[in-house]
Amino acid sequence: MSVQAVSGASDVAAAILPRRGGFAGALSDLLWRKPGLLLFLMLAPPLLWLGVVYIGSLIALLAQSFFSIDEFSGLISRELTLKTYGDLFQPANLDIIVRTVTMAALVTLASAVVAFPIAYYAARYARGKWKALFYLGVMLPLWSSYLVKVYAWKLILAKEGILTWVFAKLHLSWLLDGWLSLPVVGGNSLSVSFTGTFIVFVYVWLPFMILPIQAALERVPGNLVEASSDLGASPGQTFRNVLFPLALPGIVAGSIFTFSLTLGDYIIPQIIGTSRLFIGQAVYAQQGTAGNIPLAAAFTVVPIVIMGFYLWGAKRMGAFNAL
Amino acid sequence: MTPAVAFQKTSRHFGAVRAVDAVDLEIKPGEFFAMLGPSGSGKTTCLRLIAGFEQPTAGSISIFGERAEGVPPYRRNVNTVFQDYALFPHLNVLDNVAYGLMVKGVSRDERHRAAEDALKLVQLPGYGGRKPGQLSGGQRQRVALARALVNKPKVLLLDEPLGALDLKLRESMQEELKQLQKALGITFVFVTHDQGEALSMADRVAVFNDGRIMQVGAPEDIYQRPASRFVADFVGSSNVLPPDFVQRYAGERRWGSLRPEQIRIRRDTSGDGVAARVVSRHYLGAATKLSLDADGLRLHATVPSGAAIPEDGAHVMLTFNRDQLHLMEEQA
Repeated sequence: MSVQAVSGASDVAAAILPRRGGFAGALSDLLWRKPGLLLFLMLAPPLLWLGVVYIGSLIALLAQSFFSIDEFSGLISRELTLKTYGDLFQPANLDIIVRTVTMAALVTLASAVVAFPIAYYAARYARGKWKALFYLGVMLPLWSSYLVKVYAWKLILAKEGILTWVFAKLHLSWLLDGWLSLPVVGGNSLSVSFTGTFIVFVYVWLPFMILPIQAALERVPGNLVEASSDLGASPGQTFRNVLFPLALPGIVAGSIFTFSLTLGDYIIPQIIGTSRLFIGQAVYAQQGTAGNIPLAAAFTVVPIVIMGFYLWGAKRMGAFNAL
Repeated sequence: MTPAVAFQKTSRHFGAVRAVDAVDLEIKPGEFFAMLGPSGSGKTTCLRLIAGFEQPTAGSISIFGERAEGVPPYRRNVNTVFQDYALFPHLNVLDNVAYGLMVKGVSRDERHRAAEDALKLVQLPGYGGRKPGQLSGGQRQRVALARALVNKPKVLLLDEPLGALDLKLRESMQEELKQLQKALGITFVFVTHDQGEALSMADRVAVFNDGRIMQVGAPEDIYQRPASRFVADFVGSSNVLPPDFVQRYAGERRWGSLRPEQIRIRRDTSGDGVAARVVSRHYLGAATKLSLDADGLRLHATVPSGAAIPEDGAHVMLTFNRDQLHLMEEQA
């Protein structure tokens, strides 16, 4: 009976189906025969966008950094010179660079240390709804306005804020006061200290560190950890010799985010921290109030150069060997 | 003699699931021991209990007389060849093999020399510089073996090590493993779901089902004298005969097993025997296997090549020697 039905249907169907009608059918056939054309059509618009808008503006920026400003007239001289780069090495500007790079390095390090156990838990143990909860918990802060979060932290870290209160309740006020009385990292309250800037940076960029590390650890088969242990490695040795090297591409990817985002940010140190500037603030000030676009451009080149060296160093150290 | 591995009423329960349930087992030193069973029968959990990846929920485990409960894997002189090899992808072959010595603090020169020797042992000399990703499945399998053997373990655990290899490679590796085990004298504990592999390689076989051991014995015992219906069903291609059938032809009301090659087929349907009809024929090269229907009971018989083979649907008489009918229990 069913055999009959099937053979009945095959009487109607030809071995080769007729072309589907209209322009869409002809286009489908054409693109199927010329996959290169399809690829070109798909890639051309984004490449144009990237090439003209993104790379173009980057080149314009680079070019600006080789111009200089006339100190008397305040006009930009469009003659190629390294004078503006020389200005970067003035003590005040060098301070800004060193301060920003140090902060970015510390934020990156702290983010990695905090992120790793969370990412490890998520990759190794979290299943089903716990995994969903993990993603929600990590991403949720990214959904709310960055400015709102930073102002919230301003309140948390303020002298009358909840953190001071918690320290007092724990009878640890001496610890907080002691820390705040330290040079450089201290200040009148956490919200006007580099410590506060650091805490908020770590908080805001942490998801960008957790997710790549989690993705890297997710790809490490669980039996590699067992194999290491089986071969006599203590948990610490397994971490150093297996987990860390295999998670390193993720850590490097995450650190590119935390490092470069900290290098370029100008809002967090503006709201939380001291009056001393970071690169982002310097760029903002130079291109705005000071009107010194070349110096702003030169400042912007600094993070790009640092990231270039960072990636080159990471590659040489074999950070991407496991990819 | 102290057993290499001893389980005493050892259980590993995962909540309500009894992966391993009150198992008693002794593996002798220098023995090639196979744990055979269907998936989920508890054989791999037993292996993981010996390695230390799992801890027993009840009972005890001793390795060469020393109690092993609560001892982490890295303090057991036991090494594992994992099912999918678990080679470290970021290390080259030499560093993979030398890993166990490296974490024990052996100097670079010394451990690299030992690793080279181990690679020679598994017939991969000169492969040290490659990454695991550049090797074939069979080569990875050998590296995993070398990585375990370089530590000179007291017991080597092999978790379905040949499962991912193609038939030809598997057969040559079976041969090689067997010879390696003889030469080194290390106790091998081998987990497999392939009865042919277990029977051909092991000195003794334990058949697992539902977290329990159904039978332990030499391959011939397991094959020729299965203790229970399950073992006969799982291990052999034996015909499992229900009590009614056995009573009718052998006088005892018990389960029986009869190997296909012990059934004789007669075209002449008069006289004594079991009347049956040929359902299908499978040509195996050296013999042809017949599927037969004996009044609702499905039986298999093999006819050597060259003998006359009845066609599909033919009515035949089956006879067998009553001595060759093996009687057994339904449950172990």
